[in-house]
Amino acid sequence: MVGSSSQVLSLDFRWCANILSGFARARDWAASNELNMGSFDRGSVVALDTFLESSLESVDQAEEKVSTIALSIGFPEEEVFRLGMAVREAMVNAVVHGNRYSANKRVHFVIGRSERAIEIKISDEGIGFHPEAQPDPTAQENLLRQSGRGIMLIRAFVDEFVVQPGQPGGTEVILRKVLPLEDS
Amino acid sequence: MSVTLKTRQVGDVTIVDAAGRITLGEGSSALRDTIRDLTSKGSKKIMLNLGEISYIDSSGIGELVSSFTTVANAGGSLKLLNLTKRVQDLLQITKLYTVFEVFDDEAAALKSFS
Repeated sequence: MVGSSSQVLSLDFRWCANILSGFARARDWAASNELNMGSFDRGSVVALDTFLESSLESVDQAEEKVSTIALSIGFPEEEVFRLGMAVREAMVNAVVHGNRYSANKRVHFVIGRSERAIEIKISDEGIGFHPEAQPDPTAQENLLRQSGRGIMLIRAFVDEFVVQPGQPGGTEVILRKVLPLEDS
Repeated sequence: MSVTLKTRQVGDVTIVDAAGRITLGEGSSALRDTIRDLTSKGSKKIMLNLGEISYIDSSGIGELVSSFTTVANAGGSLKLLNLTKRVQDLLQITKLYTVFEVFDDEAAALKSFS
């Protein structure tokens, strides 16, 4: 009977170990995903998490997906337009400047939503980007430059804009827009 | 949908009627090609009618600026006509309202070239 008890105990321990191991894996997955959400608000749920090719078609797709979700949250048409434009600019940066249209590089595109906000995270596989090093496109000496206005437009059209190093490399940007309060 | 560009002549002013989207890719390159073609043929007074432009991104704005410079370097001038509210806002944000002459009336715009 002692042998039987040992076997039962052994089985119980193995069963417990499996359960605990599963909990540990779940904990690690949750922590990993939380880290992957970057600075997304804790109230956000992921509405879309996908990888896009480094192409202009992907820019269109991203804008369209964001617009659809923003409309469903209740953003007014004009705010959806501005948000779509900001996403387009961020995607162009990732596709053109980050990934340089490379077929071997993708853009990680994540949309998070909450009751009153939408967040978009765009990550490229480029060499990194320092927005503070970009010249001011509104400075007199830069007004006739052909490029360099994308970041400025993004900042004008969203409530929060974060640029940070990507993991494991490249650049990651987060755009956040909050539903405007209705006029009283 | 990209951009369609149609040119017409009113006296010595070339009016380019643009419709659609001026964005990175086909739209912006089409505008660039049209302006360069006009300047190479000697057009010095060019009015860009943006009344039917539904969308322009930063690349499109860059092409407007590039077109302005191209025409100016050729000794001419390029002006803008019929901006939608959205395009007006973009020019305000980018401070390009200080660069371009903008009109909402074609007759007044044509008169400004003389």
